[in-house]
Amino acid sequence: MYSKAYMVPNPATPNQAIFIDPELCIGCKQCVEVCRSDVMVPDREKGKPPIVLYPDECWFCGCCTFHCPVPGAIRVEFPLNQRVGWKRKETGEYFRIGMKNPPPPNTRPPIGDYFK
Amino acid sequence: MPDSCLNTALEWPYPVNYGKENEIEADVLILGGGVAGCHAAINAAKRGAKVVVVEKGAVIRSGSGGAGVDHWHAACTNPCSKVSPDEMMEKLSEFPHGYNYLEYGNGITSYIVLNESYDALLDIEKMGIKIRDVDDEFVGAEFRDEETKLLFAYDYESKYCIRVNGSDIKVAMYKELKRLGVKICDRVMATSLLTEGGKQGARVIGATGIHTRTGEFYIFTAKATILSTAAPTGLWVFSTELAGGAAMHNDPNNAGEGTAMAWKAGAELALMEGSWNVASGGFAYPQKGTGNAHNTWYACTIVDANGKEIPWVDRDGNILKTVSQRYQPAPGQKFFFQGRNATYDMCGPSIIPDLSERIRKGEFVLPLYADLPGMSAHERRALWGLMIPHEGKCRLIYDIYQAAGFDPDKDMLQVNVMPPDRYHFYPWWASYGPRQWREKGMGGGVVFDWDLKTSLEGLYVAGQTTYAGGDHAVAATTGRYAGRKSAEYAKTAKKPVVTRQQINEEKERVYAPVSQTDGTGWKELLAGVCRIMQDYCGEYRSEEILNTGLRWLSSIRESEASTTHARNPHELMRTLECLTRITIGETMMHASLARKASSRPLDFKRLDYPAMDPQEWNKLITIKQKSGDIKVGELPVNYYLLSPNAPTYKENYQKHCGL
Repeated sequence: MYSKAYMVPNPATPNQAIFIDPELCIGCKQCVEVCRSDVMVPDREKGKPPIVLYPDECWFCGCCTFHCPVPGAIRVEFPLNQRVGWKRKETGEYFRIGMKNPPPPNTRPPIGDYFK
Repeated sequence: MPDSCLNTALEWPYPVNYGKENEIEADVLILGGGVAGCHAAINAAKRGAKVVVVEKGAVIRSGSGGAGVDHWHAACTNPCSKVSPDEMMEKLSEFPHGYNYLEYGNGITSYIVLNESYDALLDIEKMGIKIRDVDDEFVGAEFRDEETKLLFAYDYESKYCIRVNGSDIKVAMYKELKRLGVKICDRVMATSLLTEGGKQGARVIGATGIHTRTGEFYIFTAKATILSTAAPTGLWVFSTELAGGAAMHNDPNNAGEGTAMAWKAGAELALMEGSWNVASGGFAYPQKGTGNAHNTWYACTIVDANGKEIPWVDRDGNILKTVSQRYQPAPGQKFFFQGRNATYDMCGPSIIPDLSERIRKGEFVLPLYADLPGMSAHERRALWGLMIPHEGKCRLIYDIYQAAGFDPDKDMLQVNVMPPDRYHFYPWWASYGPRQWREKGMGGGVVFDWDLKTSLEGLYVAGQTTYAGGDHAVAATTGRYAGRKSAEYAKTAKKPVVTRQQINEEKERVYAPVSQTDGTGWKELLAGVCRIMQDYCGEYRSEEILNTGLRWLSSIRESEASTTHARNPHELMRTLECLTRITIGETMMHASLARKASSRPLDFKRLDYPAMDPQEWNKLITIKQKSGDIKVGELPVNYYLLSPNAPTYKENYQKHCGL
């Protein structure tokens, strides 16, 4: 529980859209530079993770994640009102994006190499 | 927001220099560095022109095609195609209204894309993008040509649409621009065109811009200028709260600057009155992110909640028994377009057209599912493993869904649940929203000729800024073409001389929002403008309604918009986009006033002129400004085949294409 309360504006929706792991991020700003909408701005302190300043302007194109040199340092999540589900054909089990205890990831890569 | 809120805010991370001038000269100036702009830059540079690209985002990824492309249309000249450009053009010409042809634009851009689409794809291949199954993953698949290793989509018989690994197509083009020495001005938003003597209707000699991080001012002078800033979006629907950006089909940064700039400079516009209720910005799901049977998902098996398969039919309603038949033309049909939007001649297989009724009667139980496991291994892999991860914005879907455990070999992706009536329409991921929520569709933009030149000397147009719209391949091919034509023009064009007064006036306009200390913020302004468009330029229009709408826009411009304040260069960019959208809204209302008829393809009803598409109104309404006055005109829909043009597509193309 917070011991203090603050007077702050309501959070923007979608709340964050882009999630950066400060432990993994090397502060290279590749994500900032490829973003069409300038959703992120660099931290004024060199080497620190960028700040997700305008999550409400994110187009969810994912380009920031494609250009990140550190696996897992940045990820994008679709907002809750745009998450979908699926059914396993054989068992009838129902899964969805964002569920608690999800099935293990499907690691099969797509066709074709990505080009950088 | 009151400035008191700023006390705790962090200082802007970039150095701010509002008004500081940067002067840049070019032979060919390209405004908008998306797919069309990049192809234009490459082709102008290869002809020896000094090229400058001005891009509001970052060329490496910007534009609606910046996140990828998976199916490449209109590649009629590929070695396997069984339909020639002229054969397809002939069928396109049979469309009843002729305003534009599916995703190919008008007759000029259609003929260009049919002839050059495959060449543009070969250009891309040289830049390092895979357009073939070089790793032999699909050997033996029905849609693979074993010799060329090309993989075809949709119509496996005529083979004119190619599956490509285009996720990183913009990265490849960006590298090519660098290699050719093209100057790239990223994060610069073009704000106006410069004209000779500062006069409306005179030769275009460059543009102005602002840097969206530093606020600096840019003066570009150029012998030739190409507009490739896409089509206006986000005019009826703006709500990040409801929808976020994920639901938007086109890049939400496409405010329509090119169209608005051209209008102010005196260029002629057409089809501005068209829009549609596709609601792509409404309550949509991420595009291609729900189970579907259309577009990239064509022709996926769909089952109901009990696993009962939804039948597919050919154009005559005959049930298709195998999956393979969904990818074949009907008996006696040479080729088809996927789905039922085309004329009977080109109509392709589809899900049963009475699906909605049969859901309502209880024959099929919601929710529906895309039965990927029920497809063959090759089809499943092509759809989920190739097309989804390479289509624009969809690589993120592949990454997120796979990480969450989605397995196309085992899992059926759910189709979003909607009222039964909505299953009549594709794509299902667009979902549904209030009927007044619309999107600019059917083109609407700048008029052009067989040189892709606008009505103004020195000004060319490519991609969706053309009045008739177009898809990725149209953007690529019109970009190539405009690049050639503008470079040719620039060789003999006079050196431009800009007028200081025009620059000063533009500086006063663009920096007004950063001189305000209080007032509306850009988001509220945009939501307000959208409300005006919903109410006064929606499905139902009339002279009184449209004139009231114009009064509202004009009043907002002099009141709330003139006091909108921007607290940093980013907000300044967004505020200027709002002003652009007001201008675009005005052109739409003027064009709607001029079309005194209702129209199904342009999707609006005039309460005062209820007759739907009367023959005498099957023409283009044009609007332009002359000395500040609005001039309404008209053009035959096939003006490009009438005098002074030659009577056939082939003759005009051969005369003008510059190859």
